[in-house]
Amino acid sequence: MRFMVIVPASPESEAGEMPSTELLEAMNKYNQELVSAGVMLAGDGLHPTSKGARVRFDGGERTVIDGPFTEAKELIAGYWIWECSSRDEAIEWVKRAPFDSGTEIELRQVFESEDFGDELAPELR
Amino acid sequence: MANSATDRAIDAVWRIESARLIAGLTRIVRDVSVAEDLAQDALVAALEQWPAAGIPHNPAAWLMATAKRRGIDELSRRVTLERKQELIGRELQILQQLDQPDLAAQVDDVQDDVLRLVFMTCHPVLSRQARVALTLRLLGGLSTPEIARAFLVSEGTVSQRIVRAKRTLAEARVPFEMPGRDELAERLSAVLEVIYLVFNEGYAATAGEQWIRSALCDDALRLGRILAGLMPRKPEVHGLLALIELQASRLRARVGPHGEPVLLADQDRARWDHLLVQRGLAGLKRAEKLSGALGPYTLQAAIAACHARARSVQETDWPRIVALYDGLAALTGSPVVELNRAVAVTMAFGPEAGLELVDALADEPALRGYHLLPSVRGDLLVRLGRQAEARSEFVRAADLCDNNRERQLLLSRAAACGT
Repeated sequence: MRFMVIVPASPESEAGEMPSTELLEAMNKYNQELVSAGVMLAGDGLHPTSKGARVRFDGGERTVIDGPFTEAKELIAGYWIWECSSRDEAIEWVKRAPFDSGTEIELRQVFESEDFGDELAPELR
Repeated sequence: MANSATDRAIDAVWRIESARLIAGLTRIVRDVSVAEDLAQDALVAALEQWPAAGIPHNPAAWLMATAKRRGIDELSRRVTLERKQELIGRELQILQQLDQPDLAAQVDDVQDDVLRLVFMTCHPVLSRQARVALTLRLLGGLSTPEIARAFLVSEGTVSQRIVRAKRTLAEARVPFEMPGRDELAERLSAVLEVIYLVFNEGYAATAGEQWIRSALCDDALRLGRILAGLMPRKPEVHGLLALIELQASRLRARVGPHGEPVLLADQDRARWDHLLVQRGLAGLKRAEKLSGALGPYTLQAAIAACHARARSVQETDWPRIVALYDGLAALTGSPVVELNRAVAVTMAFGPEAGLELVDALADEPALRGYHLLPSVRGDLLVRLGRQAEARSEFVRAADLCDNNRERQLLLSRAAACGT
């Protein structure tokens, strides 16, 4: 099973501040463990939304809105893609991550072809 | 099967920790069978205690401490019961080791232990089947029923295989050590072979109803990734991982809506898993950078990469694939490689050239009974417009094939040749 693990933005990440050396080291070690366990497929940190953009769809119109965006809680600062044998294993790995208290990490299962139900025509599966 | 949330969490912890736990214990007690028993005891203790007490902050350390305590209890009892002098000497030594502070805290040591365990479960004194079962069990963290289900054999067969394998290791006094410099290459290739066997059984099941059993592919990928973390300087480790990631990238495009196989030429390439493609290509680059002359897995990964990079069969760099197969054939001398090379030659230079190579393999003893020989020959004959001959080749291939899905495909190809 494949999971996306989503790390939310914080005022610091939105300000483009680099994490402390301690946190970077702890995160490095954690990533190393994920790699050693054969769990990590991909993972990246994201630049602040000030470097991002949104494209709004309105009929035939496309409007580009430049960052930064404000709803800090709904912004993301990074993600991992993991391959785990179960949702419980993914949760167990998230618990081991070195985040500060107050952080909430979201975990989402990635759709794979066997997850699609009957609503998808067989030719598209 | 786990039911409560805690039981499921314990399952997850076990999946993450069991290999390191068993490896660390094997270093101490010098017997993989005893080590696994102690680890299992610790798991049982966790299942008894964690639902009420909660999951400890550091589950790995808890499991290790509990397993060691069980080991101490068990050994102390035996030392007082038994009076055999030499046995007591050895067991006292183990007792002292068990009593020492928790070495598992030193992550590098644990990784080294896991690597020693890999070489032990893939040791050449064991049969291939035994290596596969023991590796999945001790390093993959799979239960006996899971292994049995994966290989379509009974649980009894698997547990017998594992018990016998552990006995063989004990009787042969296989040490818990890294292989010496002189035998490392050979021993590593035995390890890579086990991972590739597991992958292939998932990728193209040799028997049964399903054509693909992807859980086995996932297990092989995980083992391959673990090994790449343990031996990052070995090109063939990255070569094998690149190969299976590139092959696995095609898994979901390889099965049609009714479970039937879809051949490479007919696959919808947009449905390939592009994350795995990228990982495979990056792994291949790593392997090539570390290699002098490319090894067999890296060569096969390079071939798979030609397909992965191509937008269609027509746009595939077939001459390069032929050249890579030339290298692989020279290295392995395998008739199966020759057969694959013949297919590549067909794509690069036309069916006459391919058929010539295939016909040269007709009397090859290693290919007698191999369904892909008549299947490939049938395919070439179709391209040459020799339908009647092609038909009988496909029928012959279907007769030789043990996988039901694949057999149906071959029979439908025979039918398509007319009567």
